[in-house]
Amino acid sequence: MLDADFFRRWMTATAASVDREAERLTALDSPIGDADHGSNLQRGFRAVTAVLEKEAPETPGAVLTLAGRQLISTVGGASGPLYGTLLRRTGKALGDAAEVDEGQFAEAFGAGVDAVMALGGAAPGDKTMIDTLVPAVAALGDGFAAARAAAEEGALATAPLQARKGRASYLGERSIGHQDPGATSSALLVAALAEANGE
Amino acid sequence: MRMLINVPETVVADALRGLAAAHPELTVDVENRVIVRRDAPVAGKVALVSGGGSGHEPLHGGFVGPGMLSAACPGEVFTSPVPDQMVRAAAAVDSGAGVLFIVKNYTGDVLNFDMAAELAEDEGIQVAKVLVNDDVAVTDSLYTAGRRGTGATLFVEKIAGAAADEGQPLERVESIARQVNENSRSFGVALSACTTYAKGSPTFDLPDGELELGIGIHGEPGRERRAMMTSREIADFAVNAILDDMSPRNPVLLLVNGMGATPLLELYGFNAEVQRALTERGVAVARTLVGNYVTSLDMAGASVTLCQIDEETLRLWDAPVKTAGLRWGM
Repeated sequence: MLDADFFRRWMTATAASVDREAERLTALDSPIGDADHGSNLQRGFRAVTAVLEKEAPETPGAVLTLAGRQLISTVGGASGPLYGTLLRRTGKALGDAAEVDEGQFAEAFGAGVDAVMALGGAAPGDKTMIDTLVPAVAALGDGFAAARAAAEEGALATAPLQARKGRASYLGERSIGHQDPGATSSALLVAALAEANGE
Repeated sequence: MRMLINVPETVVADALRGLAAAHPELTVDVENRVIVRRDAPVAGKVALVSGGGSGHEPLHGGFVGPGMLSAACPGEVFTSPVPDQMVRAAAAVDSGAGVLFIVKNYTGDVLNFDMAAELAEDEGIQVAKVLVNDDVAVTDSLYTAGRRGTGATLFVEKIAGAAADEGQPLERVESIARQVNENSRSFGVALSACTTYAKGSPTFDLPDGELELGIGIHGEPGRERRAMMTSREIADFAVNAILDDMSPRNPVLLLVNGMGATPLLELYGFNAEVQRALTERGVAVARTLVGNYVTSLDMAGASVTLCQIDEETLRLWDAPVKTAGLRWGM
């Protein structure tokens, strides 16, 4: 069973991962973006860590909705609303239960990813975070480690795609051959689930 | 890195403190990142709010004041501002006559301004939105994020600002803003990339002797790269790209805009070529603006924006404005 403490660990593991990979995310965001993805997410997830420590929400749902709201208020760009909506919607779907099982989380996270697709309008194949998150949701039924593997594969698979959303889409064919930074950072988020679960 | 900064983390806050010190007619909330004209809210008048990533100065903070924006919301460098900023700005400037959000067409800007509009409306503020998407370099198809908002943002902010200033209602100000956007097209070229503080090195590698055609304002590469061209050749290319997409019957406003690192000397020379190219193609220029208005940090290059005008929009363009970045008539 996954309690508030698990979800807090998920967020802090993501923050640590983003800290480690911030330069790499910025480097990925350079040829097909504006070189700010790493620092934006770093700022956002550090703020999430801080607010979770300060307010200590007591349920899984409360942890994620607070984290999502914080990301919206701190990250900016497209990532803020998209990641913020992902976590807020997932949190909302978890209700006010003190703990949830992996199946309930998978369903809630699926709803979160659906909300991101509705907000940003991206579909699989557009070379975005959706190319990581959709396979991750599908694999969640086999556990967090499986979801991590699927997410990492999904992120790598964005490299040969032509971007159809976001800043990379302005480059047309020149976006081909570069791994998408948003897909990469969302793979970090999914991998942190496994880490928070000790896998 | 050759930058006049302390540390990358404080660049935006430092600039806001400097703006406040230079312009006592502005209220600058450094902590919450909102720049407001000090006399806001102005009774009975529609208020204009815009914003976007920092790094494009004077856009948008330099355009706050009578005759133009009521408030501007600066994000981190090249990063859209967050909804909290626009909600705070809207609340500060709304006199009850409503607020117009002027939103450049970038995914982040659109998402954050949309969220802010919803939140502001929850607080009883009437919000209208207009999108700026003038850049012709991006094919406006189902398969991109759409055309970028670039130089025409200045035309929209000035002309809509004048309409608001003379007491026009929200629907009319929105309609005029929309019309200005629809009648504007832009094209830009880069002779260098820019260097962001977060990255510490150029955003893309542009070798000597080459240039990028069809750029945006966030240091991303353009649509294509070519061998270096003369000012005359670039002017022909840019004007052709624009006129392929619009056929002005009326005279135009012309903005010859520097991306930040190109000397005014060169921009004026480029203007001579652009005017020649327009004359050769039978386009009359009513008014011209040359300078750094919608920049991209330290990028070398320039963009051209044409806005087809009529009697009303020309009158609104000529109307007085008093901001840090644009001032005439008062």
